[in-house]
Amino acid sequence: MAGKIRVRASLNGDTCEVKALMRHPMETGMRKDAQGNKIPAHFITEVEAKVGDRVVMQAHWGAAVSQNPFLGFEFSGAKAGDEVVVSYVDNKGETGEGSAKVK
Amino acid sequence: MTKLHNKAGALVGVAALCTALLAPVAVAQDDDDVFAEYREMMGDENPAIFTIEEGQELWETPMGPNNVSLEQCDLGLGAGVVDGALAQLPRYFEDAKAVQDVEARLLYCMETLQGRDVIDLLVKPYSSAGDQGTELEALVAFIADRSMDAVVNVPQGHPEEQKMYKKGEEIFFYRAGPHDFSCATCHSQTDKRIRLQALPNLTTNEGAGFAFTSWPGYRISEGFLRTMGWRMQSCGRQQRLPQFQTGSEAVIALETYMGVNAKGAVMAAPGLKR
Repeated sequence: MAGKIRVRASLNGDTCEVKALMRHPMETGMRKDAQGNKIPAHFITEVEAKVGDRVVMQAHWGAAVSQNPFLGFEFSGAKAGDEVVVSYVDNKGETGEGSAKVK
Repeated sequence: MTKLHNKAGALVGVAALCTALLAPVAVAQDDDDVFAEYREMMGDENPAIFTIEEGQELWETPMGPNNVSLEQCDLGLGAGVVDGALAQLPRYFEDAKAVQDVEARLLYCMETLQGRDVIDLLVKPYSSAGDQGTELEALVAFIADRSMDAVVNVPQGHPEEQKMYKKGEEIFFYRAGPHDFSCATCHSQTDKRIRLQALPNLTTNEGAGFAFTSWPGYRISEGFLRTMGWRMQSCGRQQRLPQFQTGSEAVIALETYMGVNAKGAVMAAPGLKR
């Protein structure tokens, strides 16, 4: 099942501010459960934001990022009505996606 | 669309209002500057939103042998009425012949309406490391979201409700365990803290109001949405008491005590907590 991302994008002059909240456990692989068994690593490795075909942000993530990560970034050259699509891929190959229209 | 989300537009106004409203409980705010900063950064986003959405789905999905949803569950304001329900719980329920809090009531509805065996939910009501939330947490988050801004009015009209308050008061001041600890040890003085966390004085309207209206909440430090029942269990654990069971009389009594003391406060859950 694809993960959920909530995205908001607001225009401030030429700059578009994007806020994205992702639903993800971000397990480091170093923790143990109540029974003492290792909880397998499960974390986002790549995040990408696109407007149309244009990649506006790319990030490589690791186990140090928190559970349910919150990402904020800015980019220029957006106009109102553009659709910003944020997606991730994690170490299990699972993906998540969310989008928002620039306001 | 959740209420939490809807509130975004009014955020500036709400922020100004909050400053005024929360001024008397400043100690609760001063100590967690780090988290205030975190809240500001998050703006009106809160991972609890995911839990609320999951809760709504669970509320509306037919389940159990009877294959019905929880939508006809009476949370105290009539069958199927969710809005504001959390602000008036715990209360006495004629059908159950008992005072129930939101968690006990949900379990009751699952049993009676859906015909489900709730033993699994009782064994593991709350998330632990590696989990992605439990059914009970999600449902409580959903009900809390729909109770946002409601005025706390935990009823005391029925003799059983009055008895529950008395019982709660008794447990609150009852010293027990290897540390000879009661709830009152930490929660009966104003402006005290444990480590860096401010402790609400639950014997006052202000302190009880602050505490009662802030649960359930998304705990930043844990990455889970935590319920009032979990908070009680966790307080009991810190007192080294035997574990409080979800929906048990002890928990409901303590919630009644806190809720009645909190009369008039305004529900603000689920928020972002330490």
